[in-house]
Amino acid sequence: MATQPATESDFSLDAAAAVAEREGGKQLEGMGPWQLAWRRLKRNRVAMASLAVFFVLVGCCLAAPLYADHIAGRGPTATNATGTIQIDGKKTFVVTPDGTPIGPGLHKQYLLGADPLGRDVMVRLLYGGRNSLFVGFMAAIITAVLAVGLGLAAGYFRGWGDRVITNLFDILWSFPVLLFAIALGTALAIGGLQIGPVNLQGDSLWIPIVIIGVVYVPYFGRPIRGQVLSLREKEFVDAAVAQGMRAPRIMFGEILPNLSSTILVFGTLIIANNILLEAALSFLGAGIQPPEPSWGGLISDGVNQIYTAPHLSLVPGVAIVIAVLSLNVFGDGLRDALDPRAKVRLR
Amino acid sequence: MLRFTVRRLINMVFVLWAVSVLTFLIFMVMPGGGDEQAALRIAGRNANEQQVQTVKREWGLDDPFYVQYADMMKKVFTGDLISYVNQVNVREEIVRGIPRTASLVIGAGIIWLFFGVVFGVLSAVYAGRFTDRALNVLALIGISLPVFWVGLVLLYYLTDRIALFPPGGYTELGEDPVDWAYHLILPWFALSILFIGFYSRVLRSNVLDISNEDYVRTARSKGLSERRVLIRHTLRNALIPIVTLFGLDFGAALGGGAILTESVFGLQGVGQYASDSIGRLDLPPIMGVVLFGAFFIVLLNAIVDILYAFLDPRIRLQ
Repeated sequence: MATQPATESDFSLDAAAAVAEREGGKQLEGMGPWQLAWRRLKRNRVAMASLAVFFVLVGCCLAAPLYADHIAGRGPTATNATGTIQIDGKKTFVVTPDGTPIGPGLHKQYLLGADPLGRDVMVRLLYGGRNSLFVGFMAAIITAVLAVGLGLAAGYFRGWGDRVITNLFDILWSFPVLLFAIALGTALAIGGLQIGPVNLQGDSLWIPIVIIGVVYVPYFGRPIRGQVLSLREKEFVDAAVAQGMRAPRIMFGEILPNLSSTILVFGTLIIANNILLEAALSFLGAGIQPPEPSWGGLISDGVNQIYTAPHLSLVPGVAIVIAVLSLNVFGDGLRDALDPRAKVRLR
Repeated sequence: MLRFTVRRLINMVFVLWAVSVLTFLIFMVMPGGGDEQAALRIAGRNANEQQVQTVKREWGLDDPFYVQYADMMKKVFTGDLISYVNQVNVREEIVRGIPRTASLVIGAGIIWLFFGVVFGVLSAVYAGRFTDRALNVLALIGISLPVFWVGLVLLYYLTDRIALFPPGGYTELGEDPVDWAYHLILPWFALSILFIGFYSRVLRSNVLDISNEDYVRTARSKGLSERRVLIRHTLRNALIPIVTLFGLDFGAALGGGAILTESVFGLQGVGQYASDSIGRLDLPPIMGVVLFGAFFIVLLNAIVDILYAFLDPRIRLQ
């Protein structure tokens, strides 16, 4: 990804409209670019299906307390290492005396089995999903705000501000991302974080959120800057300047709306990447801190028992794959709908 | 070309310097990092106040932070950097890990480049047909898999359920090349999957874009065979961005990106050394490995930019 600015046809809604002309003919007359995009998106069954899958997943995770109270009957941190449950009328150990937990099966409690402490994996999976998805979402918002803000400022003002911001991106880009995130995560998990009046405890969810949010800023900010560089040369910006508009109003009122399709598409893909990064961090112990469950943390908990109780690590991984895959497929469809010619690249 | 190269190299040094300062600050300013904590870690758990003070003086931990930074950087260059926790030389540890990390990343790099290009070209040639769709689904799944989870799945199914491969570990190449490869096959594939998916998608869209260019149409209308148009005209241009990506990803994987794969398969390379040191909040090894990693990333970035200017003359003119 050498610093090649996006060409002006990339991402703009005009291009989408031009393609739409070929698609529909007369009945498309009078429809705005957003309507056209929505129309295309609705026709893309695979993309809509994956969006539905993602929403179902989010819904399940949000309903975690209901499941815990009414079906499983125990919370995400409730241990039961010596207990027994009834399966087919027979009394069965949740965790056998030699330490092997019960596996997945069609029983009301422990639907996806137990962990070595006798905690319900299904309940922990749902609660872990709440944490993992929350971190993914919030971090994406931070990334988007920072990247769009910095990209707008750099591309619009150019000059020394641009140079400072571009160099900042370069430096962050040159950090080994994973090492950087792990180092920060570990240091902050021990000491907490204090910025001015904000004081975060070491086990706060906001620590992984802030870290993940910052790490991906250059990946998002660079294409934004490139686009702003080309947008600011357009006639509508000249017109706004001629009308005496001030810089902030031009940036946010005139240029920002033209970036919205890029932001939407990148945002979707960034959430998917965030979920993966959060999982990696939690797997290495630098993300969401125990006893709070998270998908990566659940996989990590199961590593030592991978040969005796493989469900502990395999099940949360499947949840991650479903969440990330559905977002990636939807993001693909969204990009095709908003601008069939756009090229979005994200590592 | 020379000026471009020199400017690129100066920029490289600047970025590396900034990375070192940032890493240093993160661990000095952080609660839980810092002088006091470092001194406690060196002195050991049962040290009394006076011993801690002695350690502070001997290790220069009561100097102002910029003096400490200068000290640390001097040690980085002379190779005298020593861990706070177990007083082991950092350079020796990194050198010990390099063959392991390099074996993993170079092997995986060849695999992901080969399959990424093959799948990407197949997808583009059969665009819209069954092969393309199937490959696209596979690629999407590939970029959605957490690498450490893939590693665990492979370990469980291929070393335990069916004992095809050894369960992690590493054999030196010089000792037994067959056993070396045998131990590395699973890690290679685990690390490659993401990149194969990613590269094939990028290459597919590049090839399709370039197929619409005038010069490709001209080549076709000259009566060249489809194969010749694809190889001589389309692919030559479509592969340029892949060269860039490969350089960056290869550098990132060498410089710490393989940390997860190394941990899952117990390869004891540079990445695993880093993750162990981070767990102990041991600043000198962290500094050493981060700089080592950043060096590869920045170096390959620079090589790619220069190579890019060489491959595509239009860049040079800008």
